[in-house]
Amino acid sequence: MSLQFVVDGLLTGSMIGLGAIGVTLTYSILRFSNFAHGDFMAWGTYATLAVVSAIGATVGKVAPIAPLSFGWPLIVALVIGMAFTALLALLLDKVLFSRLRSQGQAIIVVMASFGASMALRSLLEFTFTSRPTYFSRAIQIAMPVGFGIRITPDQIALLLLTAVLVLGVHLLMTRTQTGRSMQALSQNAALARIVGIDVASVVRVTWVIGGALACVAGVMIGILVQIRPFMGFDMLLPMFAAAILGGIGSIPGAVLGGLIIGLAEAGAVQLIGAEWRAAVSFILLMAVLFVRPIGLFGVRER
Amino acid sequence: MSEIVLDVRDLEAGYEPGVPIVRGASITVKKGEIVVVLGPNGAGKSSFIKAIAGLVPITGGTVFLDGKDITAAPAHTMVRLGLAFVPQTENIFQLMSVEDNLRVACGILERREIPARIEEMYAAFPDLVRQRRTAAGNLSGGQRQMLAVARALIVHPKVLVLDEPSAGLSPKFVSMVFEMLANIRKSGVTILLVEQNAKAALAIGDRAYVLVEGKDRHQGIASELWNDPVVAELYLGQRPSQAGKGGTA
Amino acid sequence: MDLLGYGAFFLTTALIFSLVTLGLNLQWGLTGLFNVGLAGFVAIGAYTSALLTTPDDAARLGGFGLPILVGWAGAMVVGGIAAALTGMATLRLKSDYLAITTFGVAVVVQLVALNAQKLTGGPFGIGFIPRPFGSLAETPLLFNLSNLAVVSVVTLIAYLALEHLSRSPWGRVLKALREDERAAISLGKSARFYRVQAFAVGGAIMALAGALQAHFTGFIAPDNYLPILTFQVWVMLIVGGSGSNLGAVIGSILVWAIWAGSGTLTSILFPPEQQARAAALQIAAIGVMLCVILLIRPNGLFGDRPRRSWLGKRAKVATAKSISPS
Repeated sequence: MSLQFVVDGLLTGSMIGLGAIGVTLTYSILRFSNFAHGDFMAWGTYATLAVVSAIGATVGKVAPIAPLSFGWPLIVALVIGMAFTALLALLLDKVLFSRLRSQGQAIIVVMASFGASMALRSLLEFTFTSRPTYFSRAIQIAMPVGFGIRITPDQIALLLLTAVLVLGVHLLMTRTQTGRSMQALSQNAALARIVGIDVASVVRVTWVIGGALACVAGVMIGILVQIRPFMGFDMLLPMFAAAILGGIGSIPGAVLGGLIIGLAEAGAVQLIGAEWRAAVSFILLMAVLFVRPIGLFGVRER
Repeated sequence: MSEIVLDVRDLEAGYEPGVPIVRGASITVKKGEIVVVLGPNGAGKSSFIKAIAGLVPITGGTVFLDGKDITAAPAHTMVRLGLAFVPQTENIFQLMSVEDNLRVACGILERREIPARIEEMYAAFPDLVRQRRTAAGNLSGGQRQMLAVARALIVHPKVLVLDEPSAGLSPKFVSMVFEMLANIRKSGVTILLVEQNAKAALAIGDRAYVLVEGKDRHQGIASELWNDPVVAELYLGQRPSQAGKGGTA
Repeated sequence: MDLLGYGAFFLTTALIFSLVTLGLNLQWGLTGLFNVGLAGFVAIGAYTSALLTTPDDAARLGGFGLPILVGWAGAMVVGGIAAALTGMATLRLKSDYLAITTFGVAVVVQLVALNAQKLTGGPFGIGFIPRPFGSLAETPLLFNLSNLAVVSVVTLIAYLALEHLSRSPWGRVLKALREDERAAISLGKSARFYRVQAFAVGGAIMALAGALQAHFTGFIAPDNYLPILTFQVWVMLIVGGSGSNLGAVIGSILVWAIWAGSGTLTSILFPPEQQARAAALQIAAIGVMLCVILLIRPNGLFGDRPRRSWLGKRAKVATAKSISPS
């Protein structure tokens, strides 16, 4: 068995992990599983793609930053795409989720997110058709790094980006007043209000972080694999599994869960075959639910 | 006569429209006082105090804090307005460290003021210093109550409002909590509390109200109320006494 | 005459949907169990019955050439067991875990249907599934009408049985547990067992519907069981009003009429190369419709779930009182 699966697994795991951060935050702070989270990913990716095309149309062809496959337009577009996805999440919360939340039935919100997910995905399919597309069709040469592992410059850059983002979110959660407010709200919403935390603003921050990271994860998939309307929906099960495996509410848990699932998927692809990849998340999910439903870093709910 | 800090008039409140739990209760709290709200079980004491703190919908009456109408103010703005509330249960963030519990409450303070303010709280509650990195859920009952009070005091409230601070504590901790409240008053903080433990509360209180069926039915000087026959009558023939233990004065 | 045939065909499909919706209503409407992978349970039923009843095929396991009724019974048993296992894994946890797990079940069933060629025939699916009135196929009208008759009878039986169940002590326990999830979890094993039972029976009904559909069309493939199916059935239940069996049936017929009608409309209005996009727009519209119904009329047309908000606690107490055995 080649060790190549480690690189593949870490990359898949990064995408899952970045997405799972949003899932776990939404669950712990807003208390519902957001089935539309995968579609935030896809919308963010298509938004980024649209901005890249727009830049290409206005300034002409831009040379990639050697040795990467993409140039500054993609980086600029990613930032705009993140902002767009965050706004999309905020908008969806305003018109749909927040209204249902105030009626007090959490599971109705889950239902609505399922409906919203269908609508969002189908709108993408309507606008861009279901044909896959790409940020760049250039083929990168993978460099050997020993132990039979090969890695492309893009892959290295994206792994670094993931590490920086995860560290950033972790510091935000543990070292800032905003992060402490988010923790407080997830642990005891009533007390959070009593100590002066504005729930509405914490909810907004949650959507912004979740949406922005979903966009990054989607763009990673777009760079390394391909862009399709279903790209986010297909990530949903791995993301949920990662969030539960890591322990709901835990950022490091979500990322570690993502990496574990990514590595397991990559291993399974080598051993059993790519067609069974999607079953890996389910098997791990069931194992966690039977053995330790609170996950690796989870805390028993009171 | 000293100035009135908290002025509650004809308060009506409840979770459901048309079914008020608090039915026209009025109290005043003057600067530097400890005011106690007593009442038999189910009198609406807890709802009354939660309504003041913005946690139970108010359907009638007014609440003024320092001359300002706070009747409709949402719960999360109360600390900024000067009212700090300590709930009866689940009054700390169990998974956060003691220090983070204090820090998360500092949202309205100036950033540079926060470290010094936290140290002041540790000075006032030395038991907490050694536990500053401990998850609050691992504290003892008395220490939890201290942390909850410290968390409320850290924002320099004009009035500290407590819902049954002695509930669920062992006798040793009960006296400790009331001693703590007496000391806090000495430092100039105004206190309003609801208590089942009438004897201990009246011992540290200045004035007291008796709430029955959601309405204030009697009031007086705390030290005199203990032997006031009207109070005993309002308690359905029982003498106000230690929670649930019946009339043994 | 043609119209009558189409009417019968339409109603047959709608009633098969009704059957799935009735299963979902038992799980969600009566018991409050959230199933977003019901397409998986429908598929399990369809494939089970197909395997049991098709003639022997060298390319895959079976078929066993058994009678159709045996296939249907087998579908219910396997579907019920799959649902029971899912329930046992998640029902001691919060409802979201069940949602995520059922979602996973649908993904895995889809994966098996696509890839386990020896079992399911892979992407090409299974053909030559015996049809109850195959001999009548030459006279389409008679064929359609007899199918409609069979499906109507099965749906009616399921409807009456579920009506009876929901009024029985068993049903009242389920409703009580639905109203208070915390209590349902903390009541421990006995409460959980009730909920697993409901989930299993619901799964069995869905599987039966899948089997009926398979024998009605004579051919199944993985494409029939995509998440869109789950979505359609949820819209049917929400429109009809969760909690009401009658609502489930009427909602199914109504939504299927809208679905089929708008499908016909798009195929007339749009050129062939735009059909896929138009279909996507159709799904998006229905997704928006679902959200709007949840916002403005969460009880659907016939629903009985009490609205809960500030009134939550009081409403719960009231229902608990009204259904406690006297």
